[in-house]
Amino acid sequence: MAQPVTLDARAHDKDALLTTKRESLWQDALRRLVRNRAAVVGGVIILMLYLMAIFADKIAPYPYEKQTLVDQNKVPAWMLKVFPTMQPYAKISDKYLLGADYVGRDLFSRIVYGTRVSLTVALIGPLISLIIGVTYGSISGYFGGRLDNIMMRIVDVLYAFPGLLFIILLMAFFRSTFARPEPGTFTYAVSQLDARLGGMLFIFIGIGLTAWETMARLTRGQVLSMREKEFIEAARTIGATDLRIMFRHILPNIVGPLVVAETLAIPGYITTEAFLSFIGLGVNPPTPSWGSMISEGAQVIRTYPNQTIFPALALAITMFAFNFLGDGLRDALDPRLRGTQ
Amino acid sequence: MTELLTVEGLETQFRTREGIVHAVNGVSFSLREGETLGIVGESGCGKSVTVMSILRLIPSPPGKVVAGKAIYQGKDLLKMSDEEIRHIRGAQISMVFQDPMTSFNPVLTIGRQVAEPLEIHMGMSRKQALERAAEMLAMVGIPHAKERLNDYPHQFSGGMRQRVMIAMALVCTPQILIADEPTTALDVTIQAQIIDLVKRLRDELGMAIIWITHDLGIIAGLADRVAVMYGGYIIEMAQVDELYAHPTHPYTIGLLGSLPRMDETGHRRLVSIDGLPPVLLEKPNYCPFAPRCKYAVEHCWHENPPLMSVAPEHQVACWVDTQTGRER
Repeated sequence: MAQPVTLDARAHDKDALLTTKRESLWQDALRRLVRNRAAVVGGVIILMLYLMAIFADKIAPYPYEKQTLVDQNKVPAWMLKVFPTMQPYAKISDKYLLGADYVGRDLFSRIVYGTRVSLTVALIGPLISLIIGVTYGSISGYFGGRLDNIMMRIVDVLYAFPGLLFIILLMAFFRSTFARPEPGTFTYAVSQLDARLGGMLFIFIGIGLTAWETMARLTRGQVLSMREKEFIEAARTIGATDLRIMFRHILPNIVGPLVVAETLAIPGYITTEAFLSFIGLGVNPPTPSWGSMISEGAQVIRTYPNQTIFPALALAITMFAFNFLGDGLRDALDPRLRGTQ
Repeated sequence: MTELLTVEGLETQFRTREGIVHAVNGVSFSLREGETLGIVGESGCGKSVTVMSILRLIPSPPGKVVAGKAIYQGKDLLKMSDEEIRHIRGAQISMVFQDPMTSFNPVLTIGRQVAEPLEIHMGMSRKQALERAAEMLAMVGIPHAKERLNDYPHQFSGGMRQRVMIAMALVCTPQILIADEPTTALDVTIQAQIIDLVKRLRDELGMAIIWITHDLGIIAGLADRVAVMYGGYIIEMAQVDELYAHPTHPYTIGLLGSLPRMDETGHRRLVSIDGLPPVLLEKPNYCPFAPRCKYAVEHCWHENPPLMSVAPEHQVACWVDTQTGRER
């Protein structure tokens, strides 16, 4: 040995040590997310959709509920070029950008307002399933043993339960005239609340009832694998409480997969809403929802395809955007891909 | 010296599909103030389970402490409420683990992790706790401790992480530090550094240490007393010099015989111990080492020997006097 090796690390060059790049997991994930073009496009579209939902009254040229009966099924001239086979009975008029529906409401305005319903669902769905599902799954996975067994069997039972049928029954009951007549009763209060939310209450309940189970299972699995990690054991040896271990040590470690799963589940919630509205169990008219618009348009799809295609297009774009963002998030948060690109 | 921790008749079992595993079978020892006790034994002999039982960190089910006492400051750790034992962990008795690579939470900064015991036990604000954490990191030899508080575990090397782990264990100045093979995952030069560090901190902070290892070489220069474990029993316990000078149990003799020694001259073959460690599915009514023991006599197969005093502060659990080859 030419030189004695200094064991004390303090002897090392200060600058060399301090130039290490300090990057948290989240910074790293964000960096990789913005490098993913599809995810960025998805994110930007979602952002624009939310702006559109918030400023719907500024963007929409007409109020969504305004009926102009003489303008029934009006079709703009350019539509004929796009759909040469369509044979509108009504007059051609460029008064409405995308045409008007069967009672003369502006299609474009209704699509803009429809964003509100879909994006509220995209916000509330994950909220409900995260709050209920993550709490439930964390408790089940963390405490394990018999409790876990019981809690998961409950989920299994609920999972086997036909959720859609349940929502339909709920709505049929609470929205029927049978439930309404007595003010002061529970059913009355619920149906009033539903009416005040424009008929979205049951959509939330329906999504909440079915979505949290998947989330609970996922969370439980993640917590279960985390629980055995040595740093959780270490947290226990320093006297951390169960709550502290759950929220400070386990949750931040599993939030990645949860966020990804939730983002990828959003299109599912939007479809559920659209489906319910399509079969006439969604929002109350005249509140526009893409699902109900598609349903109404489908009846005249041969003569006025514009009434179906544009709401469907809006739905498709939204779902693509969420899927792209979800995929991007999954790649960005994948620990195996850390530090790449 | 007064006794800080007294463990008596500790028994821990695990329920498995094959049956009940008797991991620890009536272990008794005491730890005095400022003393370093080495617990030595091969894998699966119950070293870790013993200390985990004391801190009540055995996952239950399947594990269970079925008998015994662990008296610390006049109170039995094994009978405390969960809340009481939680206040002991990390504040009065803390632990350093074997693998520094997996013992840190990858998403929290080092500073927050080292400061965590202070937040839990001392009720410090985050700012205060981080300041103290920086002092502690400097004390264990992390350069630029203050700047490195914001770093994440993956930005530290294995040796550095083990230093950080020691800082985390000692940040509340506990009375007892339990080190569960803290140098096993490190290479030899780093091992030496960590041992020197622990020795220095022991002198500065005056805590007692329970050092678990399978490496008799490490213990020699570090411990005051050594307990050798085999098959869930302590089979020999003595002052460190006494143990190395006069190993009495055939297993201890075998262990020392399998080690190269710096202080011997001439050539000697390293001896290995034949056979495998016992399966702990039943509590034997014979000496657990008998199947591998070349000194075994008839008696060994009928009765499991208790710890017997052979010299002051030197106890051994063996029916045979290995020096004379005769039964005790």
